[in-house]
Amino acid sequence: MSDSIDRQIKEDQLLENRMGRADGVTTMAGIADLAAKPPKPPKHVKGERRQPFGRWFVDKGWRHLVGIAAIVFALLPLAYVLSASLNPIGTLTGSNQLFRAFSLDNYIEILTRDEGIYLTWYWNALVISVLSSLATVLLCAMGAYAFSRMRFRGRRTGLLSLLILQMFPQLLMIVAIFLTMIWITDVFPAIGLGTHAGLIMVYLGGALGVNIFLMYGFFNTIPTAIDEAAKIDGAGHARVFFTIMLPLITPILAVIGLLSFIGFIGEFAIASVLLTDPKDQTLAIGLFQLISGFQSQNWGIFAAGAVLAALPVMILFLLLQRYIAGGLIAGSVK
Amino acid sequence: MADVKTEAPPANTPPKRPRGGAPEFGPQRKLTSGGILALVIKVVLLGIIDALAIFGLYVLIGKGDWVAAALLLAVVGLVNYIYLKPGVLPAKYLTPGLFFLAIFQVFVIFYTGYISFTNYGDAHNSTKEDAIAQIVRTSQERVPDSPAYAVEVYKQADQFGMLVAEPGGGTAFGTNEQPLEDASSAPDGWDKLNLNQVLRFQDEVLALNVPVSDDINDGTLRTPDGTTAFVFTSTLEYDEAADAFTNTETGVVYADDGEGNFRAEDGQALTPGWRVVIGWDNYAYAFTNEQIRDPLIRVTIWTFAFAFLSTILCFALGLFLAIVFNHPTLRGKKIYRILVILPYAFPTYLTGLVWAGMLNQEFGFINEVLLGGANIPWLSDPWLARLSVLLVNMWLGYAYMFLVCTGALQSLPDDVIEAAKMDGAGAWRIFRSIKLPLLFVAVAPLLIATFAFNFNNFAVIFMLTGGNPRFPDTTLPIGATDIMITMVYKIAFGSGGGRDYGLASALSILIFIVVAIIAAISFRSTKSLEDLH
Repeated sequence: MSDSIDRQIKEDQLLENRMGRADGVTTMAGIADLAAKPPKPPKHVKGERRQPFGRWFVDKGWRHLVGIAAIVFALLPLAYVLSASLNPIGTLTGSNQLFRAFSLDNYIEILTRDEGIYLTWYWNALVISVLSSLATVLLCAMGAYAFSRMRFRGRRTGLLSLLILQMFPQLLMIVAIFLTMIWITDVFPAIGLGTHAGLIMVYLGGALGVNIFLMYGFFNTIPTAIDEAAKIDGAGHARVFFTIMLPLITPILAVIGLLSFIGFIGEFAIASVLLTDPKDQTLAIGLFQLISGFQSQNWGIFAAGAVLAALPVMILFLLLQRYIAGGLIAGSVK
Repeated sequence: MADVKTEAPPANTPPKRPRGGAPEFGPQRKLTSGGILALVIKVVLLGIIDALAIFGLYVLIGKGDWVAAALLLAVVGLVNYIYLKPGVLPAKYLTPGLFFLAIFQVFVIFYTGYISFTNYGDAHNSTKEDAIAQIVRTSQERVPDSPAYAVEVYKQADQFGMLVAEPGGGTAFGTNEQPLEDASSAPDGWDKLNLNQVLRFQDEVLALNVPVSDDINDGTLRTPDGTTAFVFTSTLEYDEAADAFTNTETGVVYADDGEGNFRAEDGQALTPGWRVVIGWDNYAYAFTNEQIRDPLIRVTIWTFAFAFLSTILCFALGLFLAIVFNHPTLRGKKIYRILVILPYAFPTYLTGLVWAGMLNQEFGFINEVLLGGANIPWLSDPWLARLSVLLVNMWLGYAYMFLVCTGALQSLPDDVIEAAKMDGAGAWRIFRSIKLPLLFVAVAPLLIATFAFNFNNFAVIFMLTGGNPRFPDTTLPIGATDIMITMVYKIAFGSGGGRDYGLASALSILIFIVVAIIAAISFRSTKSLEDLH
């Protein structure tokens, strides 16, 4: 799908090139400021020599300036955390000189502190987010399959109710969720307050509403001829679903899985209410408590913990960003 | 966002079939359609669910909670019916998701509504019996002529108990819950604390409060040092017939006031109270009490402003960058695009914490390095704090808008633009009159969704400022950058000022109404925008 978009763009842009215009150039108010800066020596000479500098600047040069400014804005905080995590001084003031020192002291400290509580948080966060997002993906796929391929009474009402329900985040019901969990603790302590299973159950309550529409739309794009052929060959509904439909919708499963994983691993409010024992808590709560009240003195180890916590998520995101962008756009534009 | 699809099922879906399942799937008489393995998995899963349910029923009936037991039985019966009966396919696929949805999304909405009509909170936490017991316990004083009992303190798991040598010569054992009972030694499994442990568990030992007999008015035994105990009796005596407490020293009578408290005639109440339904009081309190009314108005205005400005700022920056990088032969376009969306990949909770450090007034990076040692109170001045919250949220959110706008820009139809060019429209004109409106149609539902999201954007506020700086004119733990959802969280779970679940739920319901209005507007406007399209 993104391929076709790309093709479209290229055609669009080729056309614009022929017409000798760069869209939006004259629209931006900031250009005046940017243009007022002293012109850079024309370094990019290779293919652009034929273009005089003035035209090159109006066409593309200013875009590079904006791009560099945007990158500085985007990356400065990230570079700052990385630098702070490598700085052995470890206080807030000591972290201000970017990349002046290199030491892994902070990393060793965060990993060994309190008998390795950081790794416990990390493990908890991973277990909770992985299980929740896997279950979310499965429940959503099953629901979307039913809504897309079956006709039953209450189908439209069901879809509409989900559409309305998803407007109300679980955060709004946090008090009632907490009190419900207290009650569940009395009956089933194993899935009550302070347990990971309990937290995962709560997360699953919000699973259907948020993601089912993306999945539903995707199911609808798959021709029914495929499952019908399988049925004629004698496959039952479970076989059709698990061995034919699920592989076909893998891209959207990956997108929803990843997005919900990122959401769950960063969820703070509900987790902080349900998990009270430090040994059960997740990264978000642990790192928050690490510097609440001790911002200055714990800064270095916090930064190290933050880098370790953020890296896997960011790598995963960058690897899959094509699909994510595709999924977001599919959910919006199509 | 996706309501388009609900309106018009695509043409390639099968035509409407009779309800109750999809007869197109295979033979109907079989127990399962997927062979032996599927059957085994199904039976095992159902077995686990049924086993859990039987355990739950056992506990619930033991507690005498018949309503819950009946409900559990009905739900489990339904689940078994759905998965054992051939057919009912939609139910087979929807039940797992709907089960969790029903409890943790639908039920809790109604439960929130119910709690908002009660006085549930730290001061009214439990039943009336518990409240009575606790009042007796907390109002105790040492009986002046109480003899000293020799005691030993015992521990099992996190429970503590006391073995008492009675004046008559026998010994008795009791705990906080269990009144003293004659026993020659502590029960099995209880370990005696040595002196070191007594010191280590000092708080628990001091809190040990063993009732002398079943009648709470007889008093309890307490030990200050783990070796000798004295009888403490309550200065408040509970009279069951009159349902009132009498202070044995002053003679003041505290009677049940119908609102979950024992209250004297001069208005003084005993703590704790107990849970009762108090009707609209929480709402009335929120709108009339001056401790909360003005702050609530300010928080509400700021919530709208924050959500609106955040959405606009993120959209503006995202759209601007999307346009800047949307050039056919721009070098390094891909690198720009990837680097620019990095903030979106950085976890939200870390964003707030990291920026909080960078914006620190004395030691932060922004003041010390970028502004050359300035002393700007980014997070402690109300207006600067609001500005900081907006900027940080822009850093966090523009990448999403950038992705969306890039996609939308790239999928604009060429024929319209070409036609406009034929008609002699300039670049600006094309942008203003064609691209922007088309783009807007595409992203309008997302803008509304983003607004709704920011309306409850807990993480940024809570991690960056924690809602501070505090309002000077209220004792509630709320401040200038608090939005409604952080206010709810703090009132319900905050450390300062006592937890008040009832009030927090009432505020939740207010947010609920606002969100519902946004939702209604969003459905309408997406429809009207589609008509435009």
